[in-house]
Amino acid sequence: MPLLEVRDLTVVFERKGEKPFTAVDHVSFDVEPGQTVGLVGESGCGKSVTSLAIMGLLPRRGARVSGSVQYEGVNLLSLSDREMRDKRGRDLGMVFQDPLSSLNPVIPIGVQVTEVLERHRDMPRKKAMLEAAELLDKVGIPDPTRRLSEYPHQLSGGMRQRALIAIALACRPRLLIADEPTTALDVTIQAQILALLKELVHDLGTALVMITHDLGVVAGLCDEVNVLYAGRVVEKAHRHELFAAPRHPYTHGLLSSIPRLDAPRGEKLNPIRGSVSDNIPWSEGCAFAPRCPNKLDVCVRVTPEQEDIGGGRLLRCHNPVKPPVAEEVSA
Amino acid sequence: MSTAVTPGPGTPQSDHPGDTLVSVEGIKVHFPIKRGVILDRTVGHVYAVDGVDLSVRRGETYGLVGESGCGKSTLGRAVLRLTEPTAGRVVFDGTDLSTLKGEELRRMRRRMQMVFQDPMSSLDPRQSVESILVEGLRAHDLDKGREATGKRLRELLSAVGLPSTSLRKYPHEFSGGQRQRIGIARALAVEPDLIIADEPVSALDVSVQAQVVNLLEELQDEFGLTYLVIAHDLAVVRHISDRVGVMYLGGLVEEATSDDLYAEPLHPYTRALLSAIPVPDPVVEDRRERILLTGDLPSPANPPKGCRFHTRCPWKQATRCDTERPELREVLPGHRVACHWAEDIRAGKLRPHEVEAVLVEEDGISPDIPLVGPASVTEALNP
Repeated sequence: MPLLEVRDLTVVFERKGEKPFTAVDHVSFDVEPGQTVGLVGESGCGKSVTSLAIMGLLPRRGARVSGSVQYEGVNLLSLSDREMRDKRGRDLGMVFQDPLSSLNPVIPIGVQVTEVLERHRDMPRKKAMLEAAELLDKVGIPDPTRRLSEYPHQLSGGMRQRALIAIALACRPRLLIADEPTTALDVTIQAQILALLKELVHDLGTALVMITHDLGVVAGLCDEVNVLYAGRVVEKAHRHELFAAPRHPYTHGLLSSIPRLDAPRGEKLNPIRGSVSDNIPWSEGCAFAPRCPNKLDVCVRVTPEQEDIGGGRLLRCHNPVKPPVAEEVSA
Repeated sequence: MSTAVTPGPGTPQSDHPGDTLVSVEGIKVHFPIKRGVILDRTVGHVYAVDGVDLSVRRGETYGLVGESGCGKSTLGRAVLRLTEPTAGRVVFDGTDLSTLKGEELRRMRRRMQMVFQDPMSSLDPRQSVESILVEGLRAHDLDKGREATGKRLRELLSAVGLPSTSLRKYPHEFSGGQRQRIGIARALAVEPDLIIADEPVSALDVSVQAQVVNLLEELQDEFGLTYLVIAHDLAVVRHISDRVGVMYLGGLVEEATSDDLYAEPLHPYTRALLSAIPVPDPVVEDRRERILLTGDLPSPANPPKGCRFHTRCPWKQATRCDTERPELREVLPGHRVACHWAEDIRAGKLRPHEVEAVLVEEDGISPDIPLVGPASVTEALNP
């Protein structure tokens, strides 16, 4: 049984006098224990809203969440605020993109780490402090005991992100959601943090949902990848298959539009034309159709359904990119 | 591997000196750190750029890469004298910019333009596109009557791939990629020779980045522009640049042609930087050996003695590294490196070792004491 089962998760933002906006549109995916699942897409595709909805962090007012999020057989969406507070931090951990704005600037790091331990594991303050030092040590912060009494502004960006990871992992959650955990960091620091996440996830057997726009990060880290476009999953596959033979024109376009360090130089990039603002609503057809090189007439009339194309792959497209000849025999 | 090379002096190389459009000589930019309300004492300096020599040839694209805080943007601004350099000089097409003042400098600026990172904050939200573009033309007396200017504006817009109806629109009506096109059109309007692009694509979505990168390349072919591109994304820089300079903590540590640099990085920092970049290919990612650096960038207010990189360098040696600052010298033809041990590292005589993480103080007034940290280090990431 999957650890987390997201089914038809839909988030609609409403405001008086304005047209409701569907940020996440029937998104479904599973996370097995110990697995790393990637949610990939560009800004505005709904990847962060998905994570906030799973964690129950969207405001009650203005955001309508439907569908189901089963965590070990319990639908998280049906829990009360109080019940959800018990789950968050203990069973579900989260690491946010910007470590400076997700840490409280006027509270020492140590207190922010021990807070979780006191709340969820009923540890006395002294013992929690020792445990906190150990946690900081584990995430690779030098001189952890001294760091406990320091404030977030005294730490560098990479160290802050490590502190956040320590907080998220304090109660050894079985599921960790990381929302662009390395986007605000430099590449050499990013490599450190990714290596750390990989190691911790492996050692603790934590399942990881990795939300990112960086296909390079996905390629090195995720077992399974969901590509989101305009609120819907357009393609889902194991990472090896996805990168070897992307079938959705959007995935294909993304992969061919990024310059690669190991590719020969001098060739022109193949950008995806237009921008996200050119999308058409999913109800009228395929949202990607106006930017799609494979567009058919049917694409702007009929909404493409998600189809199983075998090998654990899902695809939402009327006219997918042909797989390389040597690859699949029957798709 | 056996090419014997004599270390050259730390001056910019050029096959034909007349080719050089911009040459930067020993430029330094130090920002004072002030304390106190009444006395306003200077308690130290941030050594943002600390002695950089480089030259950009006419018609080429020179890429400047480095992590945040390494001084690459400050260097770009200092070249245009948007930030006044503390020392050193910039020679632009035979003219020493540091000798220019007032009107002369303003006229010179027509020939060197800048494209900024964030197109939203670098365009005035209350100016229409027409007014944004005309402003530069007027300032440099290029506004030759209503008809000619109108024609020129339409040319500019079509060069950057925007419809001519955009003229009456305002920046908020455009998407990020289109706004960056307006920023580029503004730079092009005054027919510059040199464009300094500071992180021109990093604020854009991946699918749009490629459009802007391609546009920059097309414009270069069409107008014979020279680019100095400043970016942190090495993959992008490699793609568009002919030559690349790598900066670390205010200094240039390596410079080579784009192909050479990526084929054979010689400086330990460049090696680590290249190995840290994720490649969107799981097959490559699974096989790659990664050089993980420990710790953070030291504070530029208190840069380490000797080689700036020695606190994090996996190849650090017992002598010279922490006492003597390495000069940028030519190790291979056209390939300059600032490392005492570049030849030995290249020949494989020196092996990387573990590095202890050094605490980095954010205020930069820390003692240089290495602390015993757990942070594991130079490790190969092979799952």
